[in-house]
Amino acid sequence: MSVLVFIEYKNKVSKAALEAVSYGSKIGKVSVVTYGNIDSSELEILGKYGAEKVLVHKGISSSNDQQITKLVAAAADQENSNVIVLAQDQTGKSIGPRIAAKLSAGHISGAIALPDTSNGFVVKTNVYSGKAFAHISVNTPIKVISLLANSLPPEMNEKTAQIVDFDADLGDARITVKEMKTQGEGIPLPEAELVVSAGRGLKGPENWGIVEELAESLGATTACSRPVADIGWRPHHEHVGQTGIAIRPNLYIAAGISGAIQHLAGVNGSKVIVVINTDSEAPFFKAADYGIVGDAFEVLPKLTEALNNFKASQN
Amino acid sequence: MKLLVCISKVPDTTSKINFVDNNTKFDESGVQYIVNPYDEWYALVRALELVEKHGGTVTTITVGTNADDPTIRKALAIGANDAVRIDANPNDPFFVAKQIANYASKENFDIVLTGKETINYNGSQVGGMVAELLDLPYVSLATKLNVDGETATLERDVQGGIEVVEVNTPFVLSAAKGMAEQRIPNMRGIMAARTKPLKVIPADSQEDLSSVVKFELPEAKSGCKYIDPENMNELVDLLHNEAKVI
Repeated sequence: MSVLVFIEYKNKVSKAALEAVSYGSKIGKVSVVTYGNIDSSELEILGKYGAEKVLVHKGISSSNDQQITKLVAAAADQENSNVIVLAQDQTGKSIGPRIAAKLSAGHISGAIALPDTSNGFVVKTNVYSGKAFAHISVNTPIKVISLLANSLPPEMNEKTAQIVDFDADLGDARITVKEMKTQGEGIPLPEAELVVSAGRGLKGPENWGIVEELAESLGATTACSRPVADIGWRPHHEHVGQTGIAIRPNLYIAAGISGAIQHLAGVNGSKVIVVINTDSEAPFFKAADYGIVGDAFEVLPKLTEALNNFKASQN
Repeated sequence: MKLLVCISKVPDTTSKINFVDNNTKFDESGVQYIVNPYDEWYALVRALELVEKHGGTVTTITVGTNADDPTIRKALAIGANDAVRIDANPNDPFFVAKQIANYASKENFDIVLTGKETINYNGSQVGGMVAELLDLPYVSLATKLNVDGETATLERDVQGGIEVVEVNTPFVLSAAKGMAEQRIPNMRGIMAARTKPLKVIPADSQEDLSSVVKFELPEAKSGCKYIDPENMNELVDLLHNEAKVI
């Protein structure tokens, strides 16, 4: 099969991009399409994960849904692609369905596994906010797959990527970007493998130092529950849950969060959940792998210390 | 202003998720249906606020069967002027998008609003597909929307931050948290909703491009292992050697 992977390059090749390329290379021969004024040497890494060709459109610099859709459609046409893969991130949510509609392709949104081709083309996806999975069958000649972050770790598949300029008429940008307000440093939450999160149990924004220290020791990204974001203790982009961001890290540590069903909907894709709460009846313990009934103010610093000792012993 | 808000029904957020018929159908027994929160709290309420300020109408559109009528009436009770239901089972996002696009293409709406996703399928698909079928710009994951004449200014979630964008009407958007606050319908709204127009129209022919083969529930957690709060070395050891996540 011929696979086209769309990636976005924003100062670096993201982990989500490597996941998509690695995923694609397990389905077939991968060409990648991207845009922007990118130095070829920056894209060579895509070859290590299975890309054989990288098409770069240098005529646009920011993501516009209609232009990107035309770009991917033109590349798919040139490469005779049967399968189009992209990350189910903010850009992917904007353009994945557009591309599918343009190509009259069946769209699999939120894929978490490779296609099963033993009987047609069926992909497992996340539904009911992580409370269930659906196996979606697509029979159209072209298939579009939007891949959830942290579902399949990127694996090396050494190829040499040929990096070529790609030109196509993309029309005008009908959405004008006036301003970009950057939020947070470090690993974005949806891509983070390790997440430390806290809720109202922390009693006030001034107490987040112990959360941040644990996150720093782990190399984790910080998150929070909805009430904490709503009252302004923490920025909104940290809010995980039903109405915030849904994440599926390898490790989710929750301190002072009771575990309302709406919070669980955002985190139940986590591989391992650690819950720290003073209330042994907190519903979150039912979803936890490891539980500590205790005061976050005491437990978090002890955990940070234990981790620091562990890291020191590993060196 | 003429606004179209896409509404779908979903199981209440606290519903127990189970499947029947060999895991091919959602188990509806005892399930309470609600308007998809992103469609209601954010898309519909913001549309109503805009019309209250600038004048105009808010129409809701739903692809569904008469089982959807109670949730459509709820949207009318909150304040939509009228409703359209395309009479069909919504099994495939492209099918749904095609019906909505066909209807919208005849009506000259200034903005078509959807929620960012439904809480049952989480697909985030219909808005983008409608936009492509209508050849309109699509502002996804919008958290703020203001309109001045033919120009709309929006904020949207993008990788690493928030983008402030400008777009001319007509366009399509998907609404995320931040757009508006939930409104509880009052008695007058509920009474008025009973007589507001709910037009049922037959679906146009369109093949489904995807289908659900089966559903599956995640494996139950094997149970929580409790660790002494004084013994965080044990937790670190378990995370490293047993869970292998650090």
